Amino acid sequence: MSLPVEKTAGLTMGAARDARRRGLPRRLPVLATLSGPLLLAGCAGDAPSALNPGGAGATRVAGLWWLLFWISVAVFAEVMAVLAWALVFRRGNARVRHGQPLRFVTIAGAGLPFVILVVVYGVGLRDLAALGDGPGPDAPTVEVTGHKWWWEVRYPGASGATANEIHIPVGERVKVRLRTDDVLHSFWVPQLMPKTDLIAGETRETWLRAERPGSYRGQCAEYCGTQHAHMAFLVVAQPRTDFDAWLARLDAPAREPRTDAERRGRQAFVQGTCAACHAVRGTGAAGRVGPDLSNVGSRWSLGAGAVPNDAGHLGGWIANAQTVKPGNAMPPQPVDAAELPDLIAYLRSLE
Amino acid sequence: MSTTTTPPPGVSAQDLARLAEHWAERPSLRGWFSTVDHKRIGRRYLVTAGFFFVLAGLSALVMRTQLARPEAGVVSPQEYNQLFSMHGTAMIFLFATPMLFGFGNFLVPLMIGSRDMAFPRLNAFGYWVFLFAGLFMWASLPFGAAPNNGWFAYAPLNQEQHNPGLHMDVYALGLLFLGISTTAASINFIVTALKLRAPGMSLNRVPLFVWAIVATAFMVIFALPALNADNLMLFLDRRFGTHFFDPSAGGNVLLWQHLFWIFGHPDVYIIVMPALGIVSAVLPAFTRRGVVGYPLIVLSIVSISIISFGVWVHHMFATGLPQLSYSFFSAASTIITIPSGIQIFAWLATMLLGRLVLRVPLLFVIGFVVTFVLGGFTGAMFAVTAFDQQVTDSYFVVAHFHYVLIGGAVFPMLAGIYYWLPKITGRMYHERLGRWAFWLVFAGMHVTFFPMHLYGLFGMPRRVYTYRSEPGWDGWNLVSTLGSYLLAVGLLLVLVGVVHAVRRGRPAPPDPWEGDSLEWSTASPPEPYNFPALPRVHSLHPAWDERTAESLGAGATADRILSDGRRTLVTSELDAHPERAVQMPESTLKPLVLAGALLIFFTSMLLAWYPAAAVAALAVVATIAVWLWPPRRPDEELGVTG
Amino acid sequence: MSDRGGVVAAATGAEALSTELPVGRSAGWWGMVMFVATEATLFACLLGSYFYLRFQYGPTWPPAGIEAPKLLTPLVMTAVLVPSSLPVVWAERGIRQGQRWRLQSGLAATMVLGVTFLALQASEYAEKLTQFTMTTDAYGSLFYLITGFHGLHVMVGLTMIGWLLAASLRGGSFGSHRHERVRNAAMYWHFVDLVWVAILFTIYLSPRL
Repeated sequence: MSLPVEKTAGLTMGAARDARRRGLPRRLPVLATLSGPLLLAGCAGDAPSALNPGGAGATRVAGLWWLLFWISVAVFAEVMAVLAWALVFRRGNARVRHGQPLRFVTIAGAGLPFVILVVVYGVGLRDLAALGDGPGPDAPTVEVTGHKWWWEVRYPGASGATANEIHIPVGERVKVRLRTDDVLHSFWVPQLMPKTDLIAGETRETWLRAERPGSYRGQCAEYCGTQHAHMAFLVVAQPRTDFDAWLARLDAPAREPRTDAERRGRQAFVQGTCAACHAVRGTGAAGRVGPDLSNVGSRWSLGAGAVPNDAGHLGGWIANAQTVKPGNAMPPQPVDAAELPDLIAYLRSLE
Repeated sequence: MSTTTTPPPGVSAQDLARLAEHWAERPSLRGWFSTVDHKRIGRRYLVTAGFFFVLAGLSALVMRTQLARPEAGVVSPQEYNQLFSMHGTAMIFLFATPMLFGFGNFLVPLMIGSRDMAFPRLNAFGYWVFLFAGLFMWASLPFGAAPNNGWFAYAPLNQEQHNPGLHMDVYALGLLFLGISTTAASINFIVTALKLRAPGMSLNRVPLFVWAIVATAFMVIFALPALNADNLMLFLDRRFGTHFFDPSAGGNVLLWQHLFWIFGHPDVYIIVMPALGIVSAVLPAFTRRGVVGYPLIVLSIVSISIISFGVWVHHMFATGLPQLSYSFFSAASTIITIPSGIQIFAWLATMLLGRLVLRVPLLFVIGFVVTFVLGGFTGAMFAVTAFDQQVTDSYFVVAHFHYVLIGGAVFPMLAGIYYWLPKITGRMYHERLGRWAFWLVFAGMHVTFFPMHLYGLFGMPRRVYTYRSEPGWDGWNLVSTLGSYLLAVGLLLVLVGVVHAVRRGRPAPPDPWEGDSLEWSTASPPEPYNFPALPRVHSLHPAWDERTAESLGAGATADRILSDGRRTLVTSELDAHPERAVQMPESTLKPLVLAGALLIFFTSMLLAWYPAAAVAALAVVATIAVWLWPPRRPDEELGVTG
Repeated sequence: MSDRGGVVAAATGAEALSTELPVGRSAGWWGMVMFVATEATLFACLLGSYFYLRFQYGPTWPPAGIEAPKLLTPLVMTAVLVPSSLPVVWAERGIRQGQRWRLQSGLAATMVLGVTFLALQASEYAEKLTQFTMTTDAYGSLFYLITGFHGLHVMVGLTMIGWLLAASLRGGSFGSHRHERVRNAAMYWHFVDLVWVAILFTIYLSPRL
């Protein structure tokens, strides 16, 4: 069983908690059975686990969780001890006693919980304030719009848009501005930041900060209809220079086709039904209904996490997306069997 | 004014014959439809709610089968979304509350020493409405038109534009229809407990279960209107083009959430509170002493029912409201755990001082303590805003509320079923079958729901019809699914046990458990008039109290036998001083007719047959007018002077 | 009115058993109190929704294109509806003393006032509907829902009053010993009146504050 990955030096508090988290089970072997499954969090590898935080917000909450967890374990042990005592010693011929131990009930049931809860409340307020302490006004900003059932991602200053993939510079607080085009959604990257709902008619803000480069899976967490299950996204944290380069490409026209197949594919895309809903920068296609496809070839998935992004799935998606992700907005496409490989080649080339 | 003759002590055979004559309902088809006997109605509530529980449980099994493996195709997303919405809606509205109201209907008059509820016909009406509303909602499922937006049906996904079809109309109208039943039953419980308690049952001698039911009823009175207002506006938005939840025309989508949770959080306690009352009622018989800290428990019941109205925003911690409001609601949500803590430790203290009799009802109470405490911990965690934002709407919250609702409501209900089965059916259950059922249900519950904490923390959101294979998701989901089958087998054994008891059980004595409350002071099952003589209550544990027992037998007097009609006693609200004997209504078909007219009204509204709805509305008014029409009496009796 | 000595005897005496002598509050009274309480909460939710939407909306309220409601008609409506409780009180007091004529004339007076109120509301709607409907925007939805829902309650109240009047005219219904239905219907009517005052404040006066 491997425990969560190393932390950067900046995260002293998280590191301290990690130490506690490793230490306690050894000190309290009795509780190992209880905590064992939870330590599987470590085994969860690249699962989007809140217990395997990769950024400041989630690290704080993970610390909070372990505090709450151990308090619960302690109080549960107390209750179980009392119950076990009763089950062992108060059966058979035990003499019934008729006292009214109100003091015991008040202290154990109200007094102790009150003290514990005041502490928990205080720690909770501190962490709430920390989560609310967003980045400054000139921090990098991402504008995320929820659609049924995908995420539109834009950056002020870059003309292009991408979908279901948010790139951020590592080690910086990035402001995320959240809007929804239709129903409620919720923006959740368990390893980076707790949820913020997207409220119809309003704008919400949250922030992300990843401490190490890598991909962090996020998913819509507010039920939003038929394909709520397939509304995932990826947060890609990269070093500042890589991020800047990526952002520059988002502002530039999409990659030109290089082969004949790709060129035919582009023509089919622009002149066919595709362009009515989808945009590719630098071509005539400027539809705004579906995701901008200018860099679709390099995305991690198709259909916001529905299927992997490879040629076979792409073909299946174009032919009839309803079999892949039933209920989504894209109708089956009447594409010629001859045209389809070209279209796939073109879209795969958009990186 | 005084009576001229002193009645003879004890209940004579003649009295019994006359009571039977006045109260008996002939076993005919008409009698079946027209009964107003709270015991028959209570039984019907239990059976009907149990039936809806089975339907909602089967929905859950289909869902668990779909989620056993990633990317499974057992059901389509549209089907899954209807199943989970109906599962939640039915469990909350059609099972939990009606089941507990079934216990209340059967038990409250018996526990307080009365012959029926305060409004027996209203009681029958409430049952029929519950039945019809439940069928109204479930009938939509075979048509593929069942609610599909979760049990809290957030705006704007509940709007016509995003959710065409009848789905959410069924939801809005079904819950409005059902609300009539819940409100009627609540008013009935409150008035019954206030006015129909046996002489001498002052407030400090009211059984804890009755306290719990009354507090619940008060919460319904003040919480349910918020849900009704919400659903009224939803229906108007969907059908008649209003804009309450439409931000593009001055509406606001969060209005739905505020109103919903102003109802919804008290509703959690509306479900759990009577169940806690069952725990307090079951414990004395199996610990051989009264529950420790009666006044503390009453105080905690009352304070929960008040504080529960001030915590709704903790369901909205991720909506981005101001932090100041979060701090307040976080504090209130934290504080509300304390009264529950008091009750838990009062029960533990009772067990520590008493002598445990480990029969099936006590097993379920112990299972309740273990499970409910765990659910309580995660509940307190949800009061911590920052943590809530991380795990809300993930499987962690699914784990939490199943611990609270199965642990806090279903386990006590099962304890109550085994405990009162002898009283309700007059038959004893099979002990070994019951033990098997307990262990299977207990194990099944934890195997199903404990892993949900884990994959919730590992990032799996709730309400997804499928999921991509992720480390930590696949295996634990399979475990949950296997656990759910185990739980289903356990619950099936409960059902088998009940059927076995009814068919083959040995006859139950009036008081098989040596229980402490008044229902054990009369026959099993009780005669239609409940008590040959209404008791005079002398203590908090009337069935353990010789003077109360005497008042039921040798000390019975004519003013408490009341055999010259279908009568029961009305007493004062606080001290239960006798005020007068009142005539109770005879059986009647009017409640069924009224409920039927309402069913036609709501069905016509659903299908947009508005003229039919108007006719049905007139029928409703006419039925009520006839129902309440005063009988003609001579002027001298009325006291008319001019 | 009654001998309060010997409560049990009073409760079981021949007269007490056959009448509704005022010994404590009756079950019906409590039932109506609870019903009114839950109805009042429903109105509180609707009025709360009004203020919630108003304060979430922005500075101009009612929204652009709809002028703030005029006060004359609603004030006249108030002057008609609120005093309509008085004849009910008078009628109820009358029947407690066995005076059936007071019951009948009081109820009739209330019916006249109630119907006048509804007629005034209809004329107000006729004017408003030319300006906005319940589908215009959220303000229109709130206005017609709240006033319409109250109007419905007035109608229900009038049905109760008319029903009492009909039962009383038939004879053999109410007297000094039996008037619980009168008392309960009166309570409902007072409630409908009081709610109007809250609506007057919310819908008509608050936009001018």
